[in-house]
Amino acid sequence: MSKPIVATTSLAGCFGCHMSFLDIDERILELMQLVEFDKSPINDIKKISRKCDIGLIEGGCCNSENVHVLKEFRENCKILISVGECAIMGGLPAMRNGIPLSECLEEAYQNGLTVKESNDARIFPNDPELPIILDKVYPCHEIVKIDYLLPGCPPRADLIWEALIAIITGNQIKMPYEVLKYD
Amino acid sequence: MNQIIKFTIDDVECVATKGQYIIDAARENGIFIASLCNYPGVKPKGSCRVCSVKVNGRLMTACTTPVSQGMAIENHTDELNELRKKIIELFFVEGNHFCPSCEKGGTCELQALAYRFKIMSPRYPYFFPQREVDATNPKLIKDQNRCILCKRCIRAIHDEKGRTIFAYKRRSNRVEISIDPKLGRELTDEVALKAMDVCPVGALLIREKGFDTPIGERKYDKNPIGSDIEHLQIPYSKTKSNE
Amino acid sequence: MKSFTQKVIDKYNRDKTRLMDILISIQSEFGYISQESVSQIAHELHMSEVDVEQTISFYHFFSMKPTGKFSIYLNNSVVANMMGRKEVAETFEEEVGIKFGNITADGLIGLYDTACIGMNDQEPAAIINNHIFTKLTPFRAKEIIRDIKEGKKVQDMFTASFGDGANRDDLVKSVVSNNIRKIGPILDPQYKIGDAIKKIIKLTPEEVITEIKSSNIRGRGGAGFPTGLKWEFCRNASDGIKYLLCNADEGEPGTFKDRVILTELPRLLFEGMVIAGYAIGAVEGILYIRHEYKYLEEYLENILKVAREKNYLGIDIMGKKGFNFDIRIQFGAGAYVCGEESALIESAEGKRGEPRDRPPFPVEKGYLDQPTVVNNVETLCAAVKVMLHGGEWYRSFGTPESTGTKLLSVSGDCRFPGVYEVEWGFSVNSILDMVGAVPRNVQAVQVGGPSGSLIGSNDFDRILGYEDLATGGSLIIFDKTRDLLSDVVLNFTEFFIDESCGSCSTCRILPSILKNKLEKILDARGVKNDIAEMEEWGKILKASRCGLGQTAANPILTSIKNFRHLYEDKIQKTKDFDSGFDLWRAVKEGCEVTGRVPNI
Repeated sequence: MSKPIVATTSLAGCFGCHMSFLDIDERILELMQLVEFDKSPINDIKKISRKCDIGLIEGGCCNSENVHVLKEFRENCKILISVGECAIMGGLPAMRNGIPLSECLEEAYQNGLTVKESNDARIFPNDPELPIILDKVYPCHEIVKIDYLLPGCPPRADLIWEALIAIITGNQIKMPYEVLKYD
Repeated sequence: MNQIIKFTIDDVECVATKGQYIIDAARENGIFIASLCNYPGVKPKGSCRVCSVKVNGRLMTACTTPVSQGMAIENHTDELNELRKKIIELFFVEGNHFCPSCEKGGTCELQALAYRFKIMSPRYPYFFPQREVDATNPKLIKDQNRCILCKRCIRAIHDEKGRTIFAYKRRSNRVEISIDPKLGRELTDEVALKAMDVCPVGALLIREKGFDTPIGERKYDKNPIGSDIEHLQIPYSKTKSNE
Repeated sequence: MKSFTQKVIDKYNRDKTRLMDILISIQSEFGYISQESVSQIAHELHMSEVDVEQTISFYHFFSMKPTGKFSIYLNNSVVANMMGRKEVAETFEEEVGIKFGNITADGLIGLYDTACIGMNDQEPAAIINNHIFTKLTPFRAKEIIRDIKEGKKVQDMFTASFGDGANRDDLVKSVVSNNIRKIGPILDPQYKIGDAIKKIIKLTPEEVITEIKSSNIRGRGGAGFPTGLKWEFCRNASDGIKYLLCNADEGEPGTFKDRVILTELPRLLFEGMVIAGYAIGAVEGILYIRHEYKYLEEYLENILKVAREKNYLGIDIMGKKGFNFDIRIQFGAGAYVCGEESALIESAEGKRGEPRDRPPFPVEKGYLDQPTVVNNVETLCAAVKVMLHGGEWYRSFGTPESTGTKLLSVSGDCRFPGVYEVEWGFSVNSILDMVGAVPRNVQAVQVGGPSGSLIGSNDFDRILGYEDLATGGSLIIFDKTRDLLSDVVLNFTEFFIDESCGSCSTCRILPSILKNKLEKILDARGVKNDIAEMEEWGKILKASRCGLGQTAANPILTSIKNFRHLYEDKIQKTKDFDSGFDLWRAVKEGCEVTGRVPNI
């Protein structure tokens, strides 16, 4: 039987969840025996190349590109998992959700201390290649169907590990009290 | 003389003093009833609804209903735990609860209940409401994003003349807490600290204070909320919710 | 402003339980309550300012910002919309030059939405400076604005004759109509004031209660608690000053029968209050009237004055030594939830109208923490007739489970909207016949207002009564041209969101979630699971403290139950999941701000 294929990505996230993933330490060797990786910052494969079994999403969606990547993952992954607070509820990027978008952009590109002097033309980045910022930061499950959610900022390595093992082996997840945390 | 009465919670025989509220009587019998708005020593106001139990098949809030002789209370049932879970999740979408950046993380009762009920994410869409942070008070910062409107501060904090320092403002989903601008200016350190302590979440904070305890050593990092009560009799590991 | 405020504060003896009256006086005088007034009140009443503000900000008709020399409150409930509110509202906006929720720059006119004002049989209707305007048309709206701009007084703006009956009384002079369509033992005008009082003072209070109990009458507000039992509980409550409160807050959209009683039969009501006061041993009765009926104030106060002169009220009533009882009128300030008895008590004490936790019940600990009976207007009127003719006579009306008659407030798609007094046990079909609605054209009937249920033709043979369709008396009829989900259910759900006191988590948060789901379905983005989730989540509201919260999902739940096909027609058949997310919509603002073209 071929090994399950795992893909991972970070949308509007800080890669902290991926760092936490790596915090499974030597168990990564065990994991390599159990699964194969497709697109992931861990192996630097840029594009999903085939149908995957498990997709791990870090970060919520703050721009149009995030939405496209998320939808691509949904189309290609049998099981899609939101990993971390940002994927689950927008996280820290979503703190802008209570502020009008125009104010956010003005502060970032026109009025902020670090840009005030350098952006005389008062332009917003507008190259057509750039993704377009969304009206707010969206949790992943408010865009596509998400099968499981692993909270934490970042989720504890043990939680990620236990969740993957549970899915791969088809067993119930073991979740001691200490591993479920939101920070 | 205090009259001792007998009652049951989930068929477990309990004793209490007549007139005690169910939640307090349960606590003394080593039974934890989840709650957010209740605070020992402060007049109850069943506003969070988390402590809903069933008495004679009717939903009642354990924090406001006195026990009576022979009362049969349902508490730890699948139905009620599911109801509580749904209610706790409501708070998470109503406000902006960014746990990772909150000073109360690890000691927050809302968060602790969510851990206890193993909430991975609320089932409802987030509101992401626009809420203000009020930093006009010299001692306290009020962050409406995190407030769950439990009224603990309103009920617990008064000045020496009995006037309320905290109050509700508006109604419906527009309700918020306000701090009296005049009386609030006179807050002593002690009262400000009390306000922060009675707040179950991180909505009332003393200025320049927070993140004192490292992650892993905070109140609810290792021990679930309510486990101190249950240790009186039943270890948490043997209760149903940990299965 | 300062001296006026001081005068008002002194008039109410610096009593903080009379805060509502103080605020109402100031609001009426200045059109708002200034920060200075708040400080002054707080100082004089030994309260904190935020404490005063939490009461002000609770009520719809209080404002801390000016609401205009002429504040126009246009009803935005379902039936108003059905009867052409939209065109009237647009005309107001055009003529005044502002949108609803605003006030003109010169402070002359403010336009505001308001929930059902108890005029459902003569919509669209508005309140302008406590005067009622009914059956509005765009033409009439233009006239009103023209009159305001020409400097007329509100009372001089009426162009037609005044309404029927006592609406023409010198102290009322209102264009409101009673529209009494069917008279029964309660509405029967042939009764002599004072006869019942003369009769009861020969009885002991216990005998009065026994008679009331024998009639099996139950509370007419909707909850249906046996009235005699309530009186008995209060009478037997341990010592303390006892109070009788009459609930005339009828805020349930579609209900207006109490307004008709207050207009046509106020003496009957006051007599009923005297009887109840005698039975429970109260010395004070409070008639709590919704603010929308403020136009009746002078008229009612005058009737009370006459009653005192005739010794129907006061000391040693009708010569009965030691029987002292008087009535004061307490107005609300715009809050549906105050119709809930414990919220009404809180409000009458000058506070936010937040329902109390029970136990203790009002009969043990009510107004000012004293044993209190709260009765509906209609209940107290019926009590008079019970005492005059006997409980057995009363039981001859209605059904064994639901004795007597019920006043119905009928509105919506029918030829004869108005008030009907029918015996309990009437079927919905007979009512439709009676009110001039053709059953085969009727799509649905909202029984008991938004907190009741929306029923379809399958249920039209059901009867009104505590054993079947319990109701406070509101019946709204919708014909087949109406879009029940967008015109009715959505409006009612928004009503509940707005009227929640905000204290219980469940009622404060959940209805908004349900509303968003409903809108998703109306937006053609719904899937099957959305319906299931609405049904499932709606149950959470049962954990709310009061009836408002517990029934806030009823518009959605009962319409899913009885009109499931309407939901199923709107959901997507080919999809199991749809978050409702729309990328085009999500990038719109970003494109606008940065001046970009969507490249998605």
